[in-house]
This record gives sequence, structure tokens and C-alpha cells, in this order.
Amino acid sequence: MTILALDWFLLIEKLILIAIIIFASLGIALYTTFAERKVAAILQDRPGPNRAGPFGLLQPLADGLKLITKEEIIPTHANKWLFILGPGLAMTAALMTCAVVPWGGTIDVMGHQVDLQIADVNIGMLYVFAVVSMGVYGVMIGGWASNNKFSLMAALRGASQAISYELAMGLSLIALLMITGSLSLRTIVEQQVGHVWNIVYQPLGFLIFFICALAECNRTPFDLPEAENELNFGYHQEYSSMKLGFYLFSEYINMFISSTIMATMFFGGYDLPFVTSHLSSPGIAAIVGLVVLMTKVVMFIFLFMWIRWTIPRFRYDQLMNLGWKKMIPLALANMLVTGFFILLKQNNWHF
Amino acid sequence: MQALTNRAKQVERAPMTFIEQLYLWNILKGMAITFMHMFKKQPTIRYPEQKREFSPVFRGLHVLNRDEEGKERCTACGLCAVACPAEAITMEAAERLEGEENLYREEKYAAKYEINMLRCIFCGLCEEACPKDAIYLSETFTPADFNRKNFIYKKTDLLIPNPTTDAEGFAAAKGVKTNEIGLKN
Repeated sequence: MTILALDWFLLIEKLILIAIIIFASLGIALYTTFAERKVAAILQDRPGPNRAGPFGLLQPLADGLKLITKEEIIPTHANKWLFILGPGLAMTAALMTCAVVPWGGTIDVMGHQVDLQIADVNIGMLYVFAVVSMGVYGVMIGGWASNNKFSLMAALRGASQAISYELAMGLSLIALLMITGSLSLRTIVEQQVGHVWNIVYQPLGFLIFFICALAECNRTPFDLPEAENELNFGYHQEYSSMKLGFYLFSEYINMFISSTIMATMFFGGYDLPFVTSHLSSPGIAAIVGLVVLMTKVVMFIFLFMWIRWTIPRFRYDQLMNLGWKKMIPLALANMLVTGFFILLKQNNWHF
Repeated sequence: MQALTNRAKQVERAPMTFIEQLYLWNILKGMAITFMHMFKKQPTIRYPEQKREFSPVFRGLHVLNRDEEGKERCTACGLCAVACPAEAITMEAAERLEGEENLYREEKYAAKYEINMLRCIFCGLCEEACPKDAIYLSETFTPADFNRKNFIYKKTDLLIPNPTTDAEGFAAAKGVKTNEIGLKN
């Protein structure tokens, strides 16, 4: 079926896949806000939101409705276009990352092989990094366009934090990429299916990546850009209504995406040890894979929340010390040791 | 300097080791503590469905009492109004007429009896002052309204249901505790 030299099936397949993944991400982010409040409540010995619907399950919808119906304020001296662009950019950058994540194996639809992945780019990991760095623009533009000193300070804080921790994050990944030899996320997952997960080879690399992911998502203990109780809120101080909602929401999507990336890179993605490689039917394997990946992601999200409701945030100098003086040297050492062992293995374990 | 107790502990000012500077170990300890809290009992009372047990001396909203035959006990002597430190009680007395013996216990009664619930401090001194057992504080609480005017409780709001015509309401207002009613529903 090729008209106008276009594979129409591919186009429709990808469009449907994009729609599903975007709506699924939004839905998951919606319920992550609810989960956050519930987890916080349970860790603090209280019931949490339980009034809207059974077990409070309609709470996120009520929150969304509240945000939408609130008054939208654009400060008089704010740069109006950038002010509106900021939250949109944050949201777009957050959603764009899911394009390269493999959500499962290949399924068979009407004789066509459909990958459960929007695009298997061979520079997948670089793409993720590029898009995640774009998220800083949302923060910077929002903070700057508000024309408020506190917003600007918070935006600078957020940007410098993101840049500092991206370095260590990248370095920790280089060690992993030296082992896998590929930047494509699907290849990385397929290498792990039926073999040991990358966490076995790269425990330190994972730890560094995880800590940096916390910093990238502005999660506690690195939530200085939005320290609402002590540093006069954050870059979204002047925002109200759904624009504020977009900023807060994009953060939850970021959390979801970085959990997915971690599960993919270090914990075998959609691989269930001893099971996935023995499943004969690709359709069942894809569904099992999706469920397995989602379970891993939910566990990571719970870990994020668990950390948030356990420890206070760092002071700014502690944050910078940790980033530049601990994380980067550790990541570099990790890279050197990994390289040493790879060379040793190539030399058949002889010096 | 000699310490006052043997529990005094010297503050340790040794610089942190590299492991400590990574904060990981202490963070893990903290996370273990919060994890244990997931299995603890919640002290929360889910309010509209569940209610807290009151002590027997709880002082809630006022009730004007009747005797067993349904006659009002209040004689409008004004002792409660005098005893009231917040000056929340006002009343007007009237003389019982012929044929009203089944309504009022004695020859004088309160034609008007008002308590300003915004002034009231629920001290219970009116209850103590009353020589006729006519006013006492119930276990009803948290009155809510949009209007200040409605917080001035009239005699109709305060009077207990008549035991001869509405025995159930009388019993509910008099004896049964509100939290027990709440748990039944």
C-alpha cells in the first residue's frame, strides 16, 4: 500500500503509537501526582486523599479541574510570549523523550511487524540527552519571562543544577555504552534479554545515574529550583492556573521518563529473567514485556517518592559540592575501571 | 567544666569521611525508618463517618430540659445569665396562664430564651448555676452557618423534644451519646 511513495501503514501505525504513548504518559503522570500524595501519607501514618471517588481515585481529576478553573494571571511586565512559551516548552521536552523508548518487543498486526517503539534511532541515548537538556529552556524561559527577581534566581539555580548533574550523568553512561557498544535503546535492551542485566556490570554507574536523575527531575533532595517553603518558591512563582499545572505536570512526566530510561538501560527494559527468552509467541512476549517494564517503572517511581518523603533538601553549596567534587570524579573513575576491564577481556585476561 | 548529668555528650567535630560525604549510608538509614512507618497503625479518625469518643464531662451545645411529663423546667430566674462570664444568655420571663399547666412546670416561665453561640465559651457555669436542672450542655458540637444571626439560638433551637410526644428524640437528645449515634450510621 504505497501511495505518493509513502508507506501509509507505517504512518498510521506511528501516529496511533504516538497518540497512545502521549496519552498514556499524561495519564500516568496524572496518577503519579495522586500516588505521590498517597505514598507521602502512608509514610507519615495518615490516610491521604480519600474523599473524591473510591479510595480518592478521582482526586487527580479534581486537582486538574481546580487548576483549569483558576484565574490565569500574566504579570504586567512579563514578556507575554515567552511567559506562555515556557510551560509549553517544559511539557514538550518532557513528552518528546518517550519517542525512543522501546516499550516491548515486536507484535504482528495484519501481517505487519509493529515495533512497540516510536522510533528506533541508532543514537537513541544521545537523543534522550539532547531532549532532556531542552527541558532547561522551559525553566530558564519561564523564570526570565516572569520579570521577577526570585523567579530568575530560581531559574538560574535550576539551570546550573541541571547542567552540573548532566555531566556526571553523561559520564556514568559512557561507561555503560563502552560495554554495550551501542546507543540504540532497543539494542541495549536486546543485549540484556537472556543475559545478565547491565546493573551487574555497572552498579556504581547506575548509582551515579540514579542520583543525577533525581537532580534532573528536580526531586528531593535536589529540589532547590522549587523550594516552596524556604527559597520563595521557584521559577514558576508568577505562574497560575494550568500554566503552573503544566510545569508541575512536566516534572512528573520527567520522573516517569527517567524511570523508564533507568529500567531500560540498567534493568533489562521489558526483559523478565528466565521468561522472556522462552516465550515463543511474539504477541504474548510483547504484552508480558510491557507489563514487566511498567512494573519496573512503578518501582522506580515509588523509590523516587520514598526518597522525597524521607530526606530534606541539600543546601546549594552541598548540592554543587556533591555534583562537581563527588559525582564527576566517581563517574570518571568508574569509566576508567570499566575501560581497564574491557581491554583486559579483549586481551583474554592477560596483562 | 563539670557536667550536671552523666548524660552529657561531647559534640563530635571530626570532618566527615568520604563515605559520609556521599550521604548514602545515612540516607539508607533514614529510608529504612520511613519504610517501617508504612506498617504502622494510622491514628486518623475519619471524621464524618467516625467520631472521637468524648469524655463524660464534655460540654457541647446547650439544651433546655423538660421533666418526665414534658413540662419545661425553666422558670426564667436568670441565674444562668448572671453566672455566664461571656454574657451570652438573655431571657424574658412570663407568667403561666390558666390551662398552660401541661406546658410549664412552675408559675413563671421563659417566654424568650436566647444564647449567642458566638459569645458562649462553653464553660458550663450556666449548668452549675441552674437550680431547676433546666439547662445543661449536650454532646452536640460544631455548629456551622453562613450567617452570624443564626448563631443566636432561640428557645425553639434549644428546647429538648417532648418526651410524651417524641420519646425517641427526647432520649436521643438526653441520653445517647453523639459518637455512638455516629458509629451506628
